Amino acid sequence: MEKQLKIDFQKLLETSNFSKKNVEIKRKNFENFIEKGFPNRREENWKFSDLNQIISKNIKNLSFYNDLSKPNKIDQSIFIDGLEHNKLVFVNGRIEKIEFDYEEKNKMEILDDLVLEKSNNSNNSLLFLNNAFVSKYFKLIVKKNYSLKKPLAIYNITNKDLVSKSINLKIDILLEENSSLKLIDFSNDKSITNFININYNFDLQKNSILKNYKIDNNSNSNVKYSFSNINQDSNSVSEIFLLSSGSEFIKNEINCNLNGEYASAFVNGVYILGETKHHEIKTNINHLVEKTKSYQLIKGVLEDTSKAVYQGKIFVDSKAQKTDGYQLSKAILLNDNTEFDAKPELEIYADDVKCSHGSASGSLNEDSIFYLMSRGLNYQEAKKLLINGFLLDVVEKITDSEIKNLIKNIMSLKQ
Amino acid sequence: MREKQIDKLKDYKYGFTTDIENIRAPKGLNKEVIEFISKAKKEPKWMLEWRMKAFERLKNLKEPNWQKPKYPKIDYQDIYYYSAPKSASEKPKNIDELDPKLLETYKKLGIPLQEQQRLNGIAVDAVFDSVSVATTFKDKLNEVGVIFCSISEAIQKHPELVKKYLGSVIPLTDHYFATLNSAVFTDGSFVYIPPGVKCPMELSTYFRINASQTGQFERTLIIADKESYVSYLEGCTAPMRDENQLHAANVELVALDNAEIKYSTVQNWYPGDENGKGGIYNFVTKRGLCKGTNSKISWTQVETGSAITWKYPSCILQGDNSIGEFYSIAITNNHQKADTGTKMIHLGKNTKSKIISKGISAGFSDMTYRGLVDISSKAKNSRNYTQCDSLLMGNKCGAHTVPYIKNKNPESNIAHEATTSKISEEQLHYCQQRGLNPEEAVGLIVNGFCKEVLQQLPMEFAVEAQKLVGISLEGSVG
Repeated sequence: MEKQLKIDFQKLLETSNFSKKNVEIKRKNFENFIEKGFPNRREENWKFSDLNQIISKNIKNLSFYNDLSKPNKIDQSIFIDGLEHNKLVFVNGRIEKIEFDYEEKNKMEILDDLVLEKSNNSNNSLLFLNNAFVSKYFKLIVKKNYSLKKPLAIYNITNKDLVSKSINLKIDILLEENSSLKLIDFSNDKSITNFININYNFDLQKNSILKNYKIDNNSNSNVKYSFSNINQDSNSVSEIFLLSSGSEFIKNEINCNLNGEYASAFVNGVYILGETKHHEIKTNINHLVEKTKSYQLIKGVLEDTSKAVYQGKIFVDSKAQKTDGYQLSKAILLNDNTEFDAKPELEIYADDVKCSHGSASGSLNEDSIFYLMSRGLNYQEAKKLLINGFLLDVVEKITDSEIKNLIKNIMSLKQ
Repeated sequence: MREKQIDKLKDYKYGFTTDIENIRAPKGLNKEVIEFISKAKKEPKWMLEWRMKAFERLKNLKEPNWQKPKYPKIDYQDIYYYSAPKSASEKPKNIDELDPKLLETYKKLGIPLQEQQRLNGIAVDAVFDSVSVATTFKDKLNEVGVIFCSISEAIQKHPELVKKYLGSVIPLTDHYFATLNSAVFTDGSFVYIPPGVKCPMELSTYFRINASQTGQFERTLIIADKESYVSYLEGCTAPMRDENQLHAANVELVALDNAEIKYSTVQNWYPGDENGKGGIYNFVTKRGLCKGTNSKISWTQVETGSAITWKYPSCILQGDNSIGEFYSIAITNNHQKADTGTKMIHLGKNTKSKIISKGISAGFSDMTYRGLVDISSKAKNSRNYTQCDSLLMGNKCGAHTVPYIKNKNPESNIAHEATTSKISEEQLHYCQQRGLNPEEAVGLIVNGFCKEVLQQLPMEFAVEAQKLVGISLEGSVG
């Protein structure tokens, strides 16, 4: 694989016109990745999901260079129906459409040729890979006091032309004071066995609000990694909802730094898994100053031989008194060969805090099924009703009613 | 200078050393030292081979490094692996023949052997450094057929039992410290309870590290045969030391059909001074195997000492309907660090486990609960309940919870809960209003917080443990 990496990296440098400084930083990142490689189970963070193994099992002859010179056709039919929204469309990793029809143009800014910053002190080899191979580095700025009128959907579409490739995307989003953004990440994959690596950086200034809904619903054979880093200033709010269902493997990692007083973070997630799918949600909520709040609720339903992993960590700095942190993960296992692994972690250095976590997993409650059947439902209906109720609990946490309904439709949860 | 030393002694009640000349193996870890140990213990050939196998394996192993408390690198060539009080080379036949200095040490520790023999009805297998010097109450135990002796004696007298069970729970190849122990273990206790016997008394061992720079490598093996019951107590105190001392013991428990083992520990080793200098490294491997159906193993621990505590008493629930329990109080003060918890590995059907962990941190200390609950796909209808609560005193300390939960069986249920909090002002105020000083108030509240675990200890221990909880937190308030 190392040989392939070197060839592909050279190809990327030859076909793109990066600045000298950019090339230098990319090369550094590339070397770092070569040294570390894909993470494996020996790393604590990847204990339950050995990416190295997953990639070698699912993807044959993975290559890293992606020819982005030719435009791709956009399949209009996959756009979200019945919801007015702005669009950013990526097809096979190439930006094909930027459309902000509903917004005031001078209140927003989109940059697409950002140069990587030098300091990358993280130890995450996939971020090294991303930095090395990303061809365009985007940045979206929402100006002071502006709230987007309609949600923004970032479509990440892959089609049949893409086989055994790796896609790297990097997007920064800056919400200035008092601004707000509703962001829907929507992926639709018809491609086969690719590795998709997405890196978001959110900066939330004072009083800004971010709502991010990540929808991965179409069954596909891709392996994905999504890393979101969120920095929050005082009074800012972030709300993240994950629907984790479609890809063969996906790890959603969220690192949230609560840097200002009264900042709050909400992470809610749902797994609906079948076949051999293996999904992971990993969160790191860092309470760094006083009076911050975080809330996490993750639920999953597992069938066939699927596996779900939840690693959630709440970190409370010694300065962060009056922290309120909560975390709950639950899973229903429907088959003999399913597996749910959880590592809900607390790391606390301040004494005046309220932190708790809980985790439970097991089967459907037979008594409840019996109750419903005795009232005339058949077994399947009873089971469905209970599962829907179980998952609806999380979906109801979504604060935007339009998008809540959209997600209910996608999950075919009716009330 | 002198005054300072006396002050130090005052802080740590059990901080004193007895000067008895030691027989030592030369420093370092090599083939010769292992041969020396084996020879000194008059071990048969198969035992030496077993040790050598572990030593060979050790060469390929690396020290684990995932734990939270980091410690300075240990130079394994700079440790004495064997030291025995000189008077033990010819073992005394009964207690009266013991070196009076030894007896004096025990007296200071509060376990006068003779008295204990007469009053408490507890058989004590006291370990002074690395050799068992006295085993009491043998006659009474002999009557019912219970074997309670040092492991070296067991190797000579009951080789068939030792061969069968030694290493059956903690294999030679387990991990660095366990393998190190297998290669160089010096002494420890051996207990065998024959079928159908309920051990008539609580068995107890007092460990004590004495010689400077001697890592203690204890090996304990307890076997409860069919339908038997035993309760085993382990307590530790150690003299004041400035350099860090390594302690890597292995404890193996085996419970056969319908048998029950209750293992209680009160650990109060020297934790280092207020600045975090010195103190014991307690890296212990404790594991119990519920081999038979309906068997039960219960671990109870009160951890107040050691500079670094790093241990996970575990249960492997192999037999159907077997039960594993873990009750723990861990208290860290000053610069102490603890990374402790349990592993419950469910293999058999209808297995149950329960984990209650209470962590209290004060001063500059760090306390981590780390636990694994693993329900395999064959462990149908299994249950686990975990509760871990942490109490923080001040904002210089840390309390962490790292549970690993793995469920591969749809018919099994796992529930985990954890909370972190501090002692509320109202509670303190309420107690003080009624005439308690702040320290007493904290002691009372903490004892209430720990009650669930303290209740699990045998009577004799519970009182001692309760006192220990109070002593450990002295100076942490105000």
